[in-house]
Amino acid sequence: MAAAPDHKPTFAALSLSERLDKAMPVLLVPLLVVLGFLAIGTPSSWMTLTVSGLAMGMMIFIMASGLTLVFGLMDVINFGHGAFVSVGAFVGVSVLIALGDWTGTASLLLNMSAVFLAVVAAMMVTGIMGWGFERIIVKPVYGAHLKQILVTVGGLIVVEQLIHVVWGPDEIFITRPETLKGAITFAGAAMEKYRLLAVAIGLVLFIAMRMVLRRTKIGLIVRAGVENGPMVEALGYRLRMVFIGVFVAGSALAGLGGVMWGLYQEVITAGMGEKMMVLVFIVAIIGGLGSVEGAFIGALLVGLMQNYVAFLEPKLALVSNIALMTAILMWRPQGMLPVVKAK
Amino acid sequence: MSEPILTLNNLYTDIAQYHILQGVDLQVPRGQVTMLLGRNGVGKTTTLKTIMGQWTAKSGEILYNGQEMTQMPVSARARAGIGFVPEDMGIFRDLTVEENMILGCTSGPLDPKRKDWLLGAFPALGTFWHSEAGNLSGGQKQMLSIARAMAEERQLYLIDEPTKGLAPAIVSTMAQALRELKAQGASILLVEQNFSVAKALGDTAAVMDDGRVIWNGDMAELATNSDLQERLMGLSMEAH
Repeated sequence: MAAAPDHKPTFAALSLSERLDKAMPVLLVPLLVVLGFLAIGTPSSWMTLTVSGLAMGMMIFIMASGLTLVFGLMDVINFGHGAFVSVGAFVGVSVLIALGDWTGTASLLLNMSAVFLAVVAAMMVTGIMGWGFERIIVKPVYGAHLKQILVTVGGLIVVEQLIHVVWGPDEIFITRPETLKGAITFAGAAMEKYRLLAVAIGLVLFIAMRMVLRRTKIGLIVRAGVENGPMVEALGYRLRMVFIGVFVAGSALAGLGGVMWGLYQEVITAGMGEKMMVLVFIVAIIGGLGSVEGAFIGALLVGLMQNYVAFLEPKLALVSNIALMTAILMWRPQGMLPVVKAK
Repeated sequence: MSEPILTLNNLYTDIAQYHILQGVDLQVPRGQVTMLLGRNGVGKTTTLKTIMGQWTAKSGEILYNGQEMTQMPVSARARAGIGFVPEDMGIFRDLTVEENMILGCTSGPLDPKRKDWLLGAFPALGTFWHSEAGNLSGGQKQMLSIARAMAEERQLYLIDEPTKGLAPAIVSTMAQALRELKAQGASILLVEQNFSVAKALGDTAAVMDDGRVIWNGDMAELATNSDLQERLMGLSMEAH
C-alpha cells in the first residue's frame, strides 16, 4: 500500500475577491439601498421608499419562509401556499371588522389587541388548514413534482372558491386601526406607521426563526433534513412528523402574512394570495430553495427594488423583479444561499 | 453461542427493475465484528441499506434481537439501537461537527463521558468541533460519520467501507476505535475492501456474490486460506 504523501495540507488564506463573493448575498441589501440613494437623490423620498420597500420585503418574507422550508425538507412544490395567504387575510379582517369598536377608537392598547386577536385567529385557521392540506392534497403526491403542481394548484382554486362561498364574491375594504393610520415625519421624510410596524414584526420573526433553526434541536433536525433527509431518518428521527410541523408553521406564517398584507393594501380579495405567489416564488428562488436566510435577503431585495424602480421609472416596475431574478440566477444559478442539492 | 443479534433469511431486494439481493442469508453474532466481503456490485451496500430500511425488502425476513422488522420504518430501526454509517458518510455539511454529533443522540443530550471517549479516539473532531462539517477532509468526515453513529450507545452498527480512500494512519485510528466499540459489547457488521483491516478486525466473515452470501465462517480461516479467497472472490488477499 502506498504511503501517504509526506506533507501537511495547509489552508490558503482566502483572497479579497473570494471573501467578497462569500459575503456578497448579505452585502447586496445595503448595496441596493446605497444605489437607491444615489439614483433618487432626495434623502426624504429615498427614506420613505426604503421604509416601504423594507416593509413590503418583510411581508413577502413572512409568506415565503414556510414555502422555502417545505420545499427543502420534502422536495414539495406547493403552489397552494397562496391559499393560506388569502384565507389568513379573510379570517383576520373578519375579526378586525367584528372588533370595529376596538379598532375605531384611538387607543393603542385596544387597537393592538384587535390586531393581535386577528393575527392569532388567522394563524390558527391557516395552521389547521395547512395540516389538512398536507394530509389530503400533498401527502399522496410526495416525490412527483408534476403531480404536486397540478394538485396544489387545484387545491388553491378550491380554497379560493370556498372563500367566495363564505365571504361572497366581492373584495372587502378595510381601514387600519386608528393608531396605525397616518405617518410620522423624521428628518423631512414621511414614514407610514403601519410600515414601520411591519418592518418590526418581520425583523422579530426573522430573528426568532433563526434562533429556532440555529439553537434548538428541532431546528437542527430541520436544517439537517433539508440537506439530507434519509440520513436524518437513519439517525432515528421521524422526518415526516418534522415536515408536518414545518408545513403547519409555514401555513400559519402565510396566514399572518395575509393579514399584514391585507392591512397594508387596505383591501382583500380571494385572489390576493395567488397574486403574491409570483413574488414569493421569486424570493424563494433567488434566495436559494430551502434557505430561510436566503429568502429573507431575497425578500428585502425584491421589496426595495420594486419601490425604487416604481418611483424612478414606473413603467419598469413590473419587470424589475423578474430582471432581478434573472440577474441573480445568472450569477448564482442555485440562488444566493443554496442549501438543497440538485435532485 | 447465544442468539445472533441480526438474522437475514432469504432476503430479496429490487432496485428499480434490477434484482440486487437474491436470497441473502446472514447471521451477525452478538458482540462480534462480522465482515461482509465480496467484489464490487455484489450487493453489500444494498444489504446494509435493506437492514436499515432505506430499501424495502421484496421478500424474506430481517430478525433483529429475534423480532421481525422487515416492514419497520427507518427511524424506528435506528431507535431500536441500530447505528448506520453509509458509504457516502451522510455528513450534514452545513452543520458544525458539534451539531452533527448532537443529532447522533436521539434520546437526549450528548453524554460528556462518551464525548470525551470519542474525542480521544478521534482527536481531529475536537480540533474542528465548532467548524462546519463541510470543511473537513475526507478522512475527518469519515471519522465524524462513525463518531456520530457512536454518539449514543447502540447495539448494532452497520458500517459501509469506512476506510475507503483514507491514509494508512487514519485507517489504524479507525480500526482502533472499532475495536474499542466492540470491547464495549457492541455488534458490528462491517463492509470492508481493505483486507488487512478485515483480517485484523473480523471475527466472522460472510462473502457475497451475485446477491447471495456464498460462504460464511471464521475470518481467521478465510484469511489464512488463499485458495478459498481465490475461489470466493477471484483474488487473493495476500496480494494486497
